[in-house]
Amino acid sequence: MIKARITVTLKNGVLDPQGKAIEHALSGLGFDGVGAVRQGKVFDVELAESDKAKAEADLKAMCDKLLANTVIENYAVEIA
Amino acid sequence: MKSAVVLLPGLNRDRDMIAALTKISGKPPVTVWQTDTEIPDVDLIAIPGGFSFGDYLRCGAIAARMPVMRAVAEKAAKGVMVIGVCNGFQILVEAGLLPGALMRNTSLKFVCRQVKLEITNANTMFTRRYRPGQIIRSPVAHHDGNYFADAETLARLEGEGQVVFRYAEGTNPNGSINDIAGIINEQGNVLGLMPHPENLIEAAHGGSDGRALFEGALGIAA
Repeated sequence: MIKARITVTLKNGVLDPQGKAIEHALSGLGFDGVGAVRQGKVFDVELAESDKAKAEADLKAMCDKLLANTVIENYAVEIA
Repeated sequence: MKSAVVLLPGLNRDRDMIAALTKISGKPPVTVWQTDTEIPDVDLIAIPGGFSFGDYLRCGAIAARMPVMRAVAEKAAKGVMVIGVCNGFQILVEAGLLPGALMRNTSLKFVCRQVKLEITNANTMFTRRYRPGQIIRSPVAHHDGNYFADAETLARLEGEGQVVFRYAEGTNPNGSINDIAGIINEQGNVLGLMPHPENLIEAAHGGSDGRALFEGALGIAA
């Protein structure tokens, strides 16, 4: 079995109001020097597959078809 | 003219849409369920608002991958009119039937209020009963209505008259780019909008500003 981690982040230039709110909250807690904060998503996926290349191709297809909205988001696939 | 309403778990404006279509066309729409792979012969397919699949992952993302949406796409490709309201708009965007994306409101708050809309293109099957530039009222109720598209897509939408509704008079409730409230596809038969015209169709609603949209789409005299 392969365990993978998929990270989905907003593309540069896409406004992230949630990240902005978190940024302000961190400053409010007294963490000085907090720059831009961007919020993203993490998916831990288990795959019944032994071929890493095949798994990676499948995981990328999953991102393109469902896990990420490529209009606004980038994704990265990391296989453990 | 016949209509259909798409039903998905978590939608909650389906009854409003069914009531509006029934009152305006004089006959109830057929309903199609998420697992249906075929949609009967109709002139208009409506995807109502709500919170399909609990807004999990992204608003409309899971609904857009249900079998019924493949059937909607097939009908749309044949020229059948499709309207998506609120969550329905989010589903159409996620399904790739309309360009761009709908993001969290810049206020981060759910907004439930009345806004003003400018009819920026009165030359569509949906807006032909309005005057160009006419300002109408419409309720909105959403958390993720902040329309976004990349610069190239936006230029195309604006250039081709695909922006059909714009929030007017400073009433943009969600920070959407260029005050965009509703867009239509290139072929002119798939419309998506965040506001709820189906909730303003008779005196009991406090006005009927949204009625002309359905009368136009259904080819019914005012």
